[in-house]
Amino acid sequence: MSPSAVIAEDEPLLAQALQAELARAWPELRIAESVPDGAAAVRSALQHRPDVLFFDIRMPGQGGLEAAAELADVWPQDAPFPALVFVTAYDQYAVQAFEAQAVDYVLKPVQPERLKKTVEKLRHAMAQRSAQPAALEATLGQLRHLLQAGPAAPQPLLKVIQASVGNSIRMVPVEEVVYFEAADKYVRVVCAGGEVLIRTPLKELLPQLDAQLFWQVHRGTVVRATAVEAVHRDEAGKLHLAMKGRKERLPVSRLYAHLFKAM
Amino acid sequence: MRIDWIAKLRHLLQTIAFCLVIATVQYAFIPERPYGTPVVFSILIGTIMWAVIDLGRHLPASARDTGWPMGWPGMLLVAGGILAGFAVGTPLAQAACRALGLLPAGTSVMQGTELRTSFLITLLAGLAGTYWFYSRGKNAWLERKMGEAQQHATEARLKLLEAQLEPHMLFNTLANLRALIAVDPARAQQMLDHMIAYLRATLDASRATTHPLRTEFDRLRDYLELMAIRMGPRLAYTLDLPPDLAEVPVPTLLLQPVVENSIQHGLEPKVQGGRIAVQATREDGRLVLEVSDTGMGDAAGASGGQGFGLVQIRERLASLHGERAQVSFTADAQGARTRIVLPIA
Repeated sequence: MSPSAVIAEDEPLLAQALQAELARAWPELRIAESVPDGAAAVRSALQHRPDVLFFDIRMPGQGGLEAAAELADVWPQDAPFPALVFVTAYDQYAVQAFEAQAVDYVLKPVQPERLKKTVEKLRHAMAQRSAQPAALEATLGQLRHLLQAGPAAPQPLLKVIQASVGNSIRMVPVEEVVYFEAADKYVRVVCAGGEVLIRTPLKELLPQLDAQLFWQVHRGTVVRATAVEAVHRDEAGKLHLAMKGRKERLPVSRLYAHLFKAM
Repeated sequence: MRIDWIAKLRHLLQTIAFCLVIATVQYAFIPERPYGTPVVFSILIGTIMWAVIDLGRHLPASARDTGWPMGWPGMLLVAGGILAGFAVGTPLAQAACRALGLLPAGTSVMQGTELRTSFLITLLAGLAGTYWFYSRGKNAWLERKMGEAQQHATEARLKLLEAQLEPHMLFNTLANLRALIAVDPARAQQMLDHMIAYLRATLDASRATTHPLRTEFDRLRDYLELMAIRMGPRLAYTLDLPPDLAEVPVPTLLLQPVVENSIQHGLEPKVQGGRIAVQATREDGRLVLEVSDTGMGDAAGASGGQGFGLVQIRERLASLHGERAQVSFTADAQGARTRIVLPIA
């Protein structure tokens, strides 16, 4: 069977151009679908289960990195994870991180010579893959590093969360927070006895939290490690957290499952 | 308040030099008296005046910026300095002269006409000295202010350039151009023309200060055309410029950062895209420029709209028109809207 690919690129002309360049560099590659945003890319990849993904880094809604992370989280265990190639016009930090993590990438405008090299690498990797199953674990490790990459300046740690409730401001000491959860425009600050909403995005909140104490376990969830009571594994192999003083179970993304191991 | 003590020491030495000049002139008019007497008087009176005025001028609150108090406190300080110099310096100088043997004990040099003459010299010298230091200080202050203003302008220009020649925008546009050359050379040529006009306008923006509103709209069209090719059906735009406003002069690339904000923070991150409308109208004899979009609106976060572009526009308009120009920005779930009102010159 001929290899297949999904392209995620929001600019229509660039999607066409990549498809045309790929047709020249890799004639037997079949483009299963070309989609304009991250969410559509995840849906399309799950549906087509292609061998290769070409993801643009900057897309409306969900970017290429986030889409790849989400895809890795929901990818069925019986199928090999596709080879990932990121496409970017200019992203200093991302490109440095790609190099460091040995992740394939191509720069826009796509140069035929460069694309040819990438194609050779992909073919070589695919030939090897038929001998041994693709390691989803390796991809997860790469994505973890890529998502953490970036110029994060060290920030002073938060001691209290200040949330407006009606006309007043509620002060919640961080050590009382059980978990933070992103919800639409807000972040839910959940404690044993109740919860408050704040407007600071999780992305901005995270660098201000003690990384030893607060662990990201999902794209939208950060838990206080000392509030985790138990970690359960369901039949599908997914991890769920039981939190002290809370009844709900929190799902752990595959990306962060490595955090929970018996000593 | 920080006082530059080295500058103060320099002022003191300059004051003493000035006092020596006065003493020498006095000695030249009455050479039968010893030279030492006017020197002692002049230096003592001058030093006291210097101490009161040069050190005291930093105390009033109005002196924080320029180093000199404004209005009445300033005048009172100078008058007080001169009076103190005369009232304290004269008896001190007499005592010093006696101790040095320049004056025989029991005699007083300062009586009647002589006392009045001495006061007149003190007054004139005090005013002249104060004026000299004041004007020098003012010049230095003005030069410093001008330097600061120039530095601000340069920084602002660089930031504007950096924002507009953002590599991500540049390389994505080039990638589109490369793609178009293969499939539609005529359109590729059009796109290249827009890009040339856009780049030229961006690089020239630092030279001219104003251009007709018509030119501003042409530059917006260049940019929006480039973005329309890139974003395809995700971007729709309208530019509405009534003919009678076409020649009104406006600061160069005034609207450009607003439109770029709308694209970068409003429409590019939105999956389904949206539309952007730029409109010029006349209202009560003033020019109203409005940029509205159907983008992310208040979901764009703190960096949308209120970022560098708007701050820059506010500063530019404030320096050109002061209170008569207004800039407002609003964002809600439907999108963002920037409204600029400025007088028609």
